[in-house]
Amino acid sequence: MRRGLTFAAALLLGLAIWQGAIWATGVPRFILPPPTLVAETAWTSRALIAEHALVTFTEVLAGLGLGALLGAATAIGLAQSRLARELAQPILVFSQAVPVFALAPLLTLWFGYGLWSKIVMALLIIYFPVASAFLDALLRTPAGWLDLAQVMGAQKRRILWHIRIPAALPGLGSGLRLAAVYAPIGAIIGEWVGASRGLGYLMLLANGRAKTDLMFAALITLAVFTVLLHYAVNRACQRWLDRP
Amino acid sequence: MSGAAHAGDAQLFAPLRLEVPAGRWTCLLGPSGVGKSTILRLFAGLGGEVTFDGTFGADDGAGLQGRVALMAQDDLLLPWLSALDNVLIGARLRGDRANRDKAREVLDQVGLTSHATKKPAQLSGGQRQRVALARTLMEDRGIVLLDEPFSALDAKTRSQMQDLATDTLRGRTVLLVTHDPAEAARLGDRIVIMTSDGLHDVPPPPGPAPRGIDDPATLQVQGALLSALRAA
Repeated sequence: MRRGLTFAAALLLGLAIWQGAIWATGVPRFILPPPTLVAETAWTSRALIAEHALVTFTEVLAGLGLGALLGAATAIGLAQSRLARELAQPILVFSQAVPVFALAPLLTLWFGYGLWSKIVMALLIIYFPVASAFLDALLRTPAGWLDLAQVMGAQKRRILWHIRIPAALPGLGSGLRLAAVYAPIGAIIGEWVGASRGLGYLMLLANGRAKTDLMFAALITLAVFTVLLHYAVNRACQRWLDRP
Repeated sequence: MSGAAHAGDAQLFAPLRLEVPAGRWTCLLGPSGVGKSTILRLFAGLGGEVTFDGTFGADDGAGLQGRVALMAQDDLLLPWLSALDNVLIGARLRGDRANRDKAREVLDQVGLTSHATKKPAQLSGGQRQRVALARTLMEDRGIVLLDEPFSALDAKTRSQMQDLATDTLRGRTVLLVTHDPAEAARLGDRIVIMTSDGLHDVPPPPGPAPRGIDDPATLQVQGALLSALRAA
């Protein structure tokens, strides 16, 4: 109840600052549209925004799912062998030194204008945080548990499955929470570079035609989606990955 | 076992010889940092970074591999598993069939019948250590290594756990590492003090373990042990 009230108050405060800035500076509406106009546009163009939003949401969710899967698999693979980690580390560091944004045109060239170039973009952007958070946790299994397992005559693969992976799930959770925020960024960058559908495309289009109100409406849709996605992922992590 | 251990250049303990009689409780008593736990870890096959020059093995000539169970100060329970599944973890880790009936029996033995489905976070410190004891019993090994398993418990719980452990581990070869003279005097069939000059045998109080907490002979040995520790 209290949280709901503070949230509503914060929302009102934000809108008041926005509207106040317009009154104070008198900027024209094609530079900064008032909140009322954005709300009106969001309502009248709801079918258009929904159509493009659906594309972006699909890309984000697919990128998030595949990136999480691939990142987790990489972490488990690397956790098994020191040699693999030593070989992979320079590659991973180098790959992080390449700005992912710069790869977007290349991905469009490789995967086309459709969904896949954006999914891969989202995947690439979240792959590293997921893999590194999970790997870190996998390498930090409390020594006592491993000693006990060794005395019990455990098999290496079973230690991984019964102790190291479950012990590292909270680490995977922190990677996924980051990923939920990053994935939409990846999809939008992909759409900016080359797309004919999606919220990123709609924003560029609206901006180019000085329909700043439509651009804001699309932007807010994206922001609300990202917040909801983060909330959902956070809840899921609390439910299944975090330790009581 | 006999020999010396060092990690890198640092000597962990000087050459010494320790015999642990079969089917009895041997208490290895000493101050912190003297290398007691290192000896126990060597018995457990957990040498790791430690280099050991010497020999150790069992009288029957067979190695210790697969004949040892370990219980430590930290209960080492997996927080995401129930008490019952924690007791079964050894079988799961080896790929053996998990015998749930026997696990329940062992939990009965340590008095946790009604707590089988609870997670470690829902149990008290003493109850968690009981689950750890049940897990040790479930392993059913001839040699049991105890690394200060009761030292984090309050006095009352500790004395109850001592009784329970002596009762349930009867007939097994037990090596108990402790820094508590009272514990050594209550539980040891053989008591060995470890100081930086090596090992010294101290005759245990008469009577079978666990000896009474107010037994005069036991309290006298406890005092003698503490004096010996302070003198070292």
